[in-house]
Amino acid sequence: MSENQNIPAIEMRGVDVGAIHDLGLMVIEEVNWTVAPGEFWVVAGRQNSGKSDFLMTTAGLMAPLKGSYKFFGNETQLFDESRLADRLRLGFVFETPKLFHHLTIAENIALPLRYHRNLSDEAVNRETQTLLELMELTPFADNVPTYVSANWLKRAALARALILKPEVLLLDNPLGGLDARHSRWWLHFLDELCRGHEWPGKRPMTVAATTDDLRPWRNDARRFALLKDKQFSPLGSWNEVAAADEPVVKELLAASLEATI
Amino acid sequence: MQGKLTSAFHLSEKQWLRRAPLPRTYTDYLGRKLFLFLLTVQGLGAFALITLGVILKKSGVARNVIQPLVRRQISRAGTKLLPMFLFLAIALGFLVIGQTVSALAHFGATNYIGTVMVIVIVRELGPLLAAMLVLARVGTANVIELGTARAMGEVEALEALGIDPVHYLIVPRVIGMTLGVFSLTVYLILGALASGYLFAFLQDVPLTPGDYFKQLADSLRWLDFALLALKAGAFGFFIAIVTCYHGLAQPLRLPEISRVAVRAVSQGIIVCVLIDAIFILLYLVT
Repeated sequence: MSENQNIPAIEMRGVDVGAIHDLGLMVIEEVNWTVAPGEFWVVAGRQNSGKSDFLMTTAGLMAPLKGSYKFFGNETQLFDESRLADRLRLGFVFETPKLFHHLTIAENIALPLRYHRNLSDEAVNRETQTLLELMELTPFADNVPTYVSANWLKRAALARALILKPEVLLLDNPLGGLDARHSRWWLHFLDELCRGHEWPGKRPMTVAATTDDLRPWRNDARRFALLKDKQFSPLGSWNEVAAADEPVVKELLAASLEATI
Repeated sequence: MQGKLTSAFHLSEKQWLRRAPLPRTYTDYLGRKLFLFLLTVQGLGAFALITLGVILKKSGVARNVIQPLVRRQISRAGTKLLPMFLFLAIALGFLVIGQTVSALAHFGATNYIGTVMVIVIVRELGPLLAAMLVLARVGTANVIELGTARAMGEVEALEALGIDPVHYLIVPRVIGMTLGVFSLTVYLILGALASGYLFAFLQDVPLTPGDYFKQLADSLRWLDFALLALKAGAFGFFIAIVTCYHGLAQPLRLPEISRVAVRAVSQGIIVCVLIDAIFILLYLVT
């Protein structure tokens, strides 16, 4: 256990990140990033700064253009068939929910469990029901995504990413488009996951999220990084972010509107 | 396969070729068309091989998820089309076969009825018509469903969940359509043969059911059954491959889906005719 804790969950050295829609185009260069198990990272950047590309590469959905990326000590390019076990240690929540429209909310959440674990229907339903209740999604369980509002769809996407109880959770702009009540719920829930939520057995989860607005993420326990001009720069704790002299950080802290006028 | 799917069939060079300015000479135009054709053949071939590989390699993976999907696809490409196929079989027998039978009777050539039936219905019209109808009813739906899933990011979501999109989205459709076309071909042939005789009977053609059945049995060889099964299966498999390929591998934006659906149906028809030509050669050789 202690040996595992010494191995970084994510370790990037000199990684160049390509664009999602043009794999040959480099959007971030020379990323050096180490994430210890149980850490909570917030990666901030303006729109089109490469946050989604960066997170997709971290999730093993895109190969780095160059450099070394280790996931729990294992060199990783893509999570292909041979790396399925590693892939399942990682949960990913897209910026848009990307739920399967032919399935109900409950079926969406249960799908990874049904596919990857040889469980009885009863066991799958029990696990799904627990997550539905945890996410307050029970009233929408039998609805298809078309009839559910965007705030709740995002929670369903989170539940689907969590159903296999991953060790690392990556979230692409999770608070984007959410109202204040839902944003508060997300921040509280993600903090609980990172500290060790009762649901996956009080095991602290490693969390990394991207954002284009730093204000809601104020918390001394989190670590911050900035994506700007194709560069990835770790900023440190919230106090260091608040004291940073970087104009982009100030812009992201000042809700961008006043800062850009 | 996973993770690479969205890029493996990106075919940006093909899109570039389609959007390039009109060629100035006829030979340039032919060259472009030939190049596009070869790229399409390459893409379809690769997609078919990947799908076959996944079917063989993952036959025991996630059965509790895949088997219900296969049953649903069999129902969609088979059972639910049965009423339409029975109607078509009766119409085919009445309008085409009955006419042929009565014409043969008119010239006193009723001894050839069985041979004509086997050549027209069993070898040619039955399988081809079944394939065309499944292509129109289910193939287009495949392109639209998969194209929408791709455009809405559902394929990326599957990859992020460690679920092979080919296994989850393509394999059930390919198995369902292969079995569906095969079964519907058999029903169509049986229905057309029966209704054809009914029409001849109504026209007072001097032919007893026993004679009719004997003529059919004498005209059929064991090879006919084997080639019919192969042909119907090949039609179903390749229709599924063509439509799934265009749905999953090509459209990246919603407005492109309708255009790609039209292209998939056109290519599906061409593929069916080519397969049919190969089987005609096989019949001639054997």
